[in-house]
Order: sequence, then structure tokens, then C-alpha cells
Amino acid sequence: MRFVDEFRDAELGRVLAAEILAAVEPGRHYKFMEVCGGHTHSIYKYGVDDLLPANVELVHGPGCPVCVIPMGRVDDGIAIAHEPGVIFTCFGDMMRVPGADGSLLEAKAAGADIRMVYSPLDALRVAKANPDREVVFFAIGFETTAPSTALTLKRARAEGVSNFSCVCNHVTIVPPLRALLESPDLRLDGFIGPGHVSTVVGARPFEFIPSDYGKPVVIAGFEPLDILHAIRMILAQVAEGRCQVENQYKRVVPWEGNLRALEVMAEVFELRPHFEWRGLGFISQSGLKLTDAYAELDAERRFSVPGIRVADPKACQCGEVLKGVIKPWECKVFGTACTPERPIGTCMVSSEGACAAYYNFGRFAREREVV
Amino acid sequence: MRTEEATLRIIETARGKRAKFRDERVTMAHGAGGKATQSMIEGLFAPAFAPDGPEPLGDAAVLHDLGVAITTDSFVVKPIRFPGGSIGELAVNGSVNDLAVSGARPLALTLSLVLEEGLPAEELRDEVEAIAAAARRAEVEVVAGDTKVVERGHADSMYICTTAVGTLDPRASLSPAGIRPGDRILVSGRVGDHGMAIMLSRGEFELGADIRSDTRSLWPAADALLEAAGESLHCMRDATRGGVASVVNELARSSAVAIVLREAAVPVDPAVSGAAEILGLDPLYVANEGVLVAFVAAERCEAALAALRSVPGCEEAAEIGEVKTEPPGMVLVETGFGGRRVMDMLVGDPLPRIC
Repeated sequence: MRFVDEFRDAELGRVLAAEILAAVEPGRHYKFMEVCGGHTHSIYKYGVDDLLPANVELVHGPGCPVCVIPMGRVDDGIAIAHEPGVIFTCFGDMMRVPGADGSLLEAKAAGADIRMVYSPLDALRVAKANPDREVVFFAIGFETTAPSTALTLKRARAEGVSNFSCVCNHVTIVPPLRALLESPDLRLDGFIGPGHVSTVVGARPFEFIPSDYGKPVVIAGFEPLDILHAIRMILAQVAEGRCQVENQYKRVVPWEGNLRALEVMAEVFELRPHFEWRGLGFISQSGLKLTDAYAELDAERRFSVPGIRVADPKACQCGEVLKGVIKPWECKVFGTACTPERPIGTCMVSSEGACAAYYNFGRFAREREVV
Repeated sequence: MRTEEATLRIIETARGKRAKFRDERVTMAHGAGGKATQSMIEGLFAPAFAPDGPEPLGDAAVLHDLGVAITTDSFVVKPIRFPGGSIGELAVNGSVNDLAVSGARPLALTLSLVLEEGLPAEELRDEVEAIAAAARRAEVEVVAGDTKVVERGHADSMYICTTAVGTLDPRASLSPAGIRPGDRILVSGRVGDHGMAIMLSRGEFELGADIRSDTRSLWPAADALLEAAGESLHCMRDATRGGVASVVNELARSSAVAIVLREAAVPVDPAVSGAAEILGLDPLYVANEGVLVAFVAAERCEAALAALRSVPGCEEAAEIGEVKTEPPGMVLVETGFGGRRVMDMLVGDPLPRIC
């Protein structure tokens, strides 16, 4: 595939790997967090960590949009899906996420009309094709997917589609990062910044990380060469004593972000006072809801939602995995009570989750050269 | 605290155990050919029907005393016509292929049709013709049948159930137990065409591509391999639901060997790999209806591959990997990028990732 394979070139990968090896100080241990679940997925899919020296460790961050949805929100969604006449739509990998009483996939098997869509616009199309049914879209994701939800809601209102509404679970990236950085047990030397989110928000929102917390950030693309390149750039900052936000993903991410997308988001969404994250608890001003102008498209106002609050399972150590305090395999239930088939915690749910990625792709103990 | 190695051992032990069927309801995942399907077969069917039966479950039952192999299958594809084929053609080829990869020359099949009330006669006529034509091509006879009609709203136009029987080929000595470290792994053609053609023809993705199902009889391919490799051909499988990835995982597990695949060597149509890229799927997990996976001793690999490539429809056959000893039960992929990853069995239905 043109314009894709170029970024998966094994020869260039070896060159970058050699540069990374030359840039690390022997005897020093480096811990970098890739914020975004898409990076985690690529790292395992291409075996990127195979090419890294043993003293460069990648920690998987909180940026998997499916994984961070708390159980109570899933249960609320299932309750709406079971309402008579409702067609409930959501993204594919959301369907497997367990609530307190099963997943959307199981609710579908139990009779609810739940359909997978690839885009919120597909959900709107379902609504137009079924005017006598209530069609609900379960919106999830960071700033990456929020603009497409916002545009869809704008279009629904402009076209007067009255049987369409949205459960808004959109979240923002900066508050959880700040929460992580505030955590006293956090041990990180730098961040691989989220490429897709930055496409929308730009690079500026991450400047607090070097300025307030003294950690370098390199925003990176999702191909294996992008990730190696970003690691090389972070190591250069460390070696040169610099600490700033750099943009490796210039071919896609403008420094100022996508102003039109941000405008649409500001028109349709406003911040919730606080929002619950699986594994991380409540984080203030981290979630989005529809503004009053869009109240009639808000499924949470249209349906009587139970507003279920379910505590994370006690045995689950997702919070510590997300903070990089422990590795997936160090969790008490990893691979035993918590597996991709029967996930307990957020990190095992989506293939982008740190634990699922490690379980699926990374659990073969590798023989590495000790540097 | 446990060490990483101890944790990995716990997982491997759990994987090696016979799966339990613990679900409260049947979900689509139980039909996807991955872990849920496996749990249903190993945890429910096998204990009920064959508590002391032979462990590895093949594509067809081989009855050595009678010199035949027998298989049964149902076809519920939606839509019933798709680029490159239709449900009738699929029913014949799918049944025949289970026999072919078990080393049996397909002989005859029986046919059971479940038809939806209101099905246009024209569509039924088309499928009957498709079945007859596919049977002629595969050189099998349709020898018995049954018909049921169900109320409108059931059976998605039609379901087809088949039972097929074939005579065991004297050249064949095939079994998962015959797989040896050092064996080379061949695929008979491009992977992922069928599953991707079906996904796109459902029209849910608004993706247009000229991708056609690969539905075909695999007996000519099996025949060529048996002729070229004889006893050095250790095992064959039909890579249908769950794709090549699921087949090699099942075999790695049941034969307690490691399997290493070279991603760059796997033949994939550029349109299929493009669509898979967009949808976030791996072609190795996508279903085929005309691709077999063969395990051949290294010394006969070249001859087997040459023979396979001379069969029409198998021109792109390739050697994609090798059987190793360690770590047993695992499938590893050497990525085109130079890294390595574990390729596990499919969990659930192949659900696309969101970003």
C-alpha cells in the first residue's frame, strides 16, 4: 500500500533502532509512556519493542477510549438499549466491554436491537431509515472522535431528524494526563504524545507537561517508524537536557490543531463538572456533555437513565497499570481471572488496552540483549 | 510477587486446558470460529458425544475401517449472492473441502434446504443451478435431499445443510499428530478474499473494491500435494472461519508445537489488505472458502509448492512459515517490520477497532 508501507520499512527501522541504541546511556533505565491506545496497538502489532534496547521501557497510558468507559455507563447504555422501540448503535469494540451485568454483545443476544456502526453518520442514517424507531448513538472517544459526533448532531438538528439521540461519553485528554502526573508514585522519563487527538487539539495543550512537570513530549504518528522516530527524539531531548513538546507527526498534526473541529465541538459540547474513568476514578472537567441548545438530542435527557454507579472490581489494578506503577503481568488477576475473553478491568477490554495488548501480542518472553 | 515467567506459565497452562462452556447465552462470537466456538465444542459437544474420543478434531471424521471420510456443514451466509459466488456454490465447495483436506476424494453429498416463506422462485432456481454446477466441477453427486419452509422473517432467504462423504486416498497419512518441528507451512493461495468480499457486499461500510470470494473445490490442490509429497505431507486444514490464524493456532495447540509465520510471505490481495487496513482487521483472521494450509516435511516442500502452484487458482501458493519446538502451543509472527508478536486465536467476532 502506497503511503503506508513506506512507514513500515524494515531497513529504516533497523537504522533508527541502531541510533536509539547509540543514544541510550548504559546503566540508565528509561521509562516512556505512550499515551494513546493506538500506539500501544502498533507497538505490539509490529513488534516495535523487539527493536528497543532492554533499558528502554514503554509504559501504556490511559488513551484507549473504549477501556476508560466505567461499568456504570455501559449499564446505562444497556438499559436504554432494552427500552421498547430503541435501536442502539455503537462502535464495534465497545460491544464487548463488560458492565456490571454483561456487555452490549450479551444484551444483543438477549434481544436488544444493538447495531455496530463505523461512524456516527451511519447511526444517523439508521435513524432516517427507521423513522418509527428511536435510534440512540453511544458516543465514545477523546477529541479524536468528538468532532464527528458534534457534526452528526448538528446535521441531525439541521435536517430535523427527531428520532435520533446520543449518549455522550466523550472525554478529553489533558485532565487524565494531569491526574497521572500528579500521582506521587509515577516514574516516567517522557511521553509519546497522542497523534490522533493532537490532529484536533494541536500540540499546545501539552506544553504544561514540560513546563509544569519537566517531562519531554513528542507527538507521534502510528506507523512503526513514527514510534521509533519519536523515541529517538525523546532520547535526544534527554541527552541534550532539553524538555519541550515536539511534533514528529507533522505530516498530519498542525501545531494549532484543527480550528474548525474545535469550533464545532465548542458549539455542541460543554465540560461536565466531573466524569468517572475506569481505573482512575472521578476526574474533574474531563468529560463532555451536550449543551442545552442540543438538549433534545441528548439521550440522557430523553430516556430515564438509571445513572448506575458501579465501583471498579477490587482485585483489578488497572489504575496502577495505567500509571505505569506496575506492568500488566504484575497485576494480581492478569491472565487468570482477567483475560480477553472475560475481562475484569479496563486494560483488558479493547485490543488497544495495555493488558489485552500484552496478553495477545507481547506475552512471549523475549530474549533480549542486555545493554 | 509472581515473576513474569510464572505469569506466562499460568496463562499457557490455562490455554492448554480443555475450554469450559460457561456463557449464559449463545452470542455471535460462538459462531465466529475463535475461542468461544472452541469453548462450545470442547466444553459442551465433545464431552456429550465423545467423552473418550480422540482429542484433535479434524475437518471431517475419518472412518478408516470403512475407507471413507464424512463431514457435515451448514451455510447461513448473508447476502446469499456475493461477488465471486453464492450460498449454493459455497455449500458444495465447503463440504468438499472438508473432505479434501482430510485426504478423501469427494464422492457424494446430501443436501437439506431451509427456505424462507416468500423467497422468489427465481432465486431458488439460481441456487439450485449453482449447486448443480459446483457439484459437476467438484465431481461429486448430490444423492439425497430434504426441504423445509419456515415463516417469513426467518432463515435470511435460505439456509443450506450438507453431509458429504469421500473415499480415503491411499497416498494420505494426515493427522495433526504427524506435524513435526521443521515442517514447512504452505497456503494454497491469497488469504482473506472470501470474508472481505462478504463484509463489503453487505454494504455496511460504503467501501467499494473489486474483491471476489475465493470459493472453489480444494480437491485438485489436495490431490497435487498428495502426489508431490506423499507421506511427507503431514497435515492439511481448510482455513475457513477464523482464517489461517485460527487454523494454525488450533494445530499448534493440539500438536504441542510452536509455529512461526513470516507475515511478509503471506499472499494477500492489495485490495484485501487495503480494506483490512481501513477496517482494522488482520487478513490472517479473515475467512477463506478456497484456501488450505498444508504442513510438509522440509525436504519435500519445494516439490509440494511447485505442484500446488500448477493447480488453477493456486498460482499464488506460498510457503509462509515453519514448525518449531518452543514455545509449544504458541503461534508467533515475524512482522514485516522486523519485530515479533504472538498471534492468538480469535476472541469473539472480529470487531473493528474504533481508531
